[in-house]
Amino acid sequence: MTTRAISAPRPDAGLGDGPRGGGFGGLLRAEWTKFRSVRGWVIGMILAALLTIFIGVFTAANMNIGCGINGGQQKTGKACLPYVPHGPGGEIVTDSFSFVRQPLTGNGSIITRITALTGEHANLGAGPVQVGSGTMVPGLAAWAKAGIIIKQSTHQGSAYAAMMVTGSNGVRMQYNYTGDIAGMPGSVSAAHPRWLRLTRSGDTITGYDSADGTHWTGVGTVQLAGLPSTVQVGVFATSPDYTVTQNSFGGASNDSGPAQATGGFDHVSLTGASPGTWTGTTVGDGGPAGLRPGGGPGSAPYTRNGGTFKVTGSGDIAPVTPGPDGGLPTVTIGQSLVGAFLGLIAIVTVAAMFFSAEYRRGLIRTTLAAIPRRGAVLAAKAVVIGAVAFVTGLVAVVVSIAVGVPKEENQGPVLLTAPVLTEVRVIVGTAAMLALAAVFAVALGAILRRSAAAITIAVLTVVMPFLLSALNVVPAGVGDWLLRLTPAAGLAIEQSIPRYPQVTTVTSLVQGYYPLSPYAGFAVLCLWTAAALALALVMLRRRDA
Amino acid sequence: MSAFREPKGRVAVWTEERRRSDEGRQRLKAARRRAGQALHAEWTKLRTVPGPAWLLLGVVALTIAVSTAAVGATHCPQDLACPVDTTKLSLTGVEFGQAVVAILAVLMISNEYSSGMIRTTLAAMPNRHAVLAAKAILLAALVLVAGAVAVFGAVLAGHLILPGHGFTAARGFPPVWLSYGPALRAACGSVLYLGLIALMSLGVAVIVRDSAVSIGVVLALLYLFPIVLAFVGNAHWQHRLERWTPTVAGLSIQATTGLRSLAISPWAGLGVLGIWAAAALAAGALALRLRDA
Repeated sequence: MTTRAISAPRPDAGLGDGPRGGGFGGLLRAEWTKFRSVRGWVIGMILAALLTIFIGVFTAANMNIGCGINGGQQKTGKACLPYVPHGPGGEIVTDSFSFVRQPLTGNGSIITRITALTGEHANLGAGPVQVGSGTMVPGLAAWAKAGIIIKQSTHQGSAYAAMMVTGSNGVRMQYNYTGDIAGMPGSVSAAHPRWLRLTRSGDTITGYDSADGTHWTGVGTVQLAGLPSTVQVGVFATSPDYTVTQNSFGGASNDSGPAQATGGFDHVSLTGASPGTWTGTTVGDGGPAGLRPGGGPGSAPYTRNGGTFKVTGSGDIAPVTPGPDGGLPTVTIGQSLVGAFLGLIAIVTVAAMFFSAEYRRGLIRTTLAAIPRRGAVLAAKAVVIGAVAFVTGLVAVVVSIAVGVPKEENQGPVLLTAPVLTEVRVIVGTAAMLALAAVFAVALGAILRRSAAAITIAVLTVVMPFLLSALNVVPAGVGDWLLRLTPAAGLAIEQSIPRYPQVTTVTSLVQGYYPLSPYAGFAVLCLWTAAALALALVMLRRRDA
Repeated sequence: MSAFREPKGRVAVWTEERRRSDEGRQRLKAARRRAGQALHAEWTKLRTVPGPAWLLLGVVALTIAVSTAAVGATHCPQDLACPVDTTKLSLTGVEFGQAVVAILAVLMISNEYSSGMIRTTLAAMPNRHAVLAAKAILLAALVLVAGAVAVFGAVLAGHLILPGHGFTAARGFPPVWLSYGPALRAACGSVLYLGLIALMSLGVAVIVRDSAVSIGVVLALLYLFPIVLAFVGNAHWQHRLERWTPTVAGLSIQATTGLRSLAISPWAGLGVLGIWAAAALAAGALALRLRDA
């Protein structure tokens, strides 16, 4: 094998009638021989993997966080973390709200009418807001919520289903942190109250809403697997931070401050086996520090007059998303893949040379004399370099994540896990993205015949849109369009945490949010690669070699 | 070539000292002539192929186009505060233009290696340092001229477009024009920045020789550090990267607002890039001298 590797490709390799397998298979073998017999290219690919891993692990190893909430002592690393609840699906969640409840054994239902949802939040004014230091002004966060809830227990992260009215998103049915179904639109007031109903039957919970308490509409039916026979049921209120997004510039410029919401309930009625006495509980720590309305953790502020309740709460019942707004330092697996940018440059360099080097040495005339079907030569080169880049990328990505992610976690930030299939998509997708970039570069090499130009175009079109957008060099809107239209869209395949509409968050690129969905972005890169291959084919056929 | 000549006739007046200084002058003259020849040779090589001219045009066109697009896409609505460094925004195109500058610099030497021309060059001019110096001087001069045109175009785009998009003096935005001190520093600094990027790329290309590998290495040098910087959470490493990497430190010359929060002052940042360029050129000179061509 070794001796043949150094010599030129076997003359019979691509002719289709040779003894050693013919047709496209032979052509592939010829191109593979060309690739592996150039030591520099093989070293380049190995370097690509090593550098990817090195940069990824280096970045991961320098993620450590510091904190000093409310002027307290400066801490670093894991000491910064509060208790981090996990939801039933294993994802990390926020679970803080005021809960006026009683236990319910077996099947039953709860009905209420909500007549008011009001709130107040820290005065954002000019300048940044420190937690707990602002003065409160009236106002309601978009996802402030009050309603009825059936919850497994008062432990943070336990399963639940709830019907609620929200600040500006109408009636919703939410369950198990990630689930969100829209009900009646419009905001609530004394003139336009909302009736909410939740019924439990075994593990099945159904939510209804109504404007008058007689005509009910089913909003959703959800299964809460493994719900115990005794659950906690009652009314609740909570509010995430009040956030104002600066849409004009820089995707990451959000002003936010702690907020609380107060829900006014009447006609609260419970059917089923329950003791009939109400208890006020603060689930979690009652929301952002410095805003514990009345009393410490443990008792929730509420007033009750017969079936009429007024409940005030702060916090959220939602998944934690990447970014500063979650109040929790987080990382995603995508963040240990920074090295892929360096891997990309190395892979693209080798790929561009794979075609353009034939022009420099005149080998292209030999190649085309041996295989006159020029499209087949291009295809064989694309397949070989794509496969090599894919394998290189896969090894690099797997090692980066296996080594980098534990390093990240060691330093404090919470890893936002994703379902296994999503993580597989991120890993395989990143390798496939590198493979596509390699094929893109091969095509550019065939079009331009000059490796320097081909490499520069392939690298710039993938790297620059990301860089301009991530560093807020261009306005957020422009950056988003760059990441939709250029080959850089393919980077979206690295996004591991979905965008939850029920959470107001800064969708920053560095945190792993891309303007296109993972597969749509990947498809854009596929289109660019296909277009480059088509142009390369036309050029190859038209021009003399 | 030898400066030693037997004086004839006026033997008496020639002192040893006089003879030595004459010899020095002759030597200097010869060196100057050789340098001139080297520069002339490089100039001939450059202007007789179309590539460099197109690339210089590319530097100008790409820089101005990207800058114009960036300022054209930026609006500051009436009721919002816009934390924008208008001069830096106008010079966005330099981020792209530097890639073309790098190609030009790399091709200047790697084309000679790929075609074998380097052997002819070194046979004609055995002083290898003089060859590299001539290439560096010529490259720097061309890039400075093209860079000046490009940066002027970019500044002009910002000057003409930004006030119409809400970035007016009435709202406290300084003018994007050369009469404003910090903007002048940013503009002149950006031209010098492009020159230094060219020299650093030339140094890398002399070491690496192959055009494709050189351009890969240079692009990694230019664009990798800012990306890593965006991800690294550790404040110490952020500070180090901002102070010591070629493009991040070098581009701090473009800042006109928030200078206090910069990890390195504008001119010092450009100086760091200068160190990178000098180191690359020195390593290149050493490699050129020690290796067979």
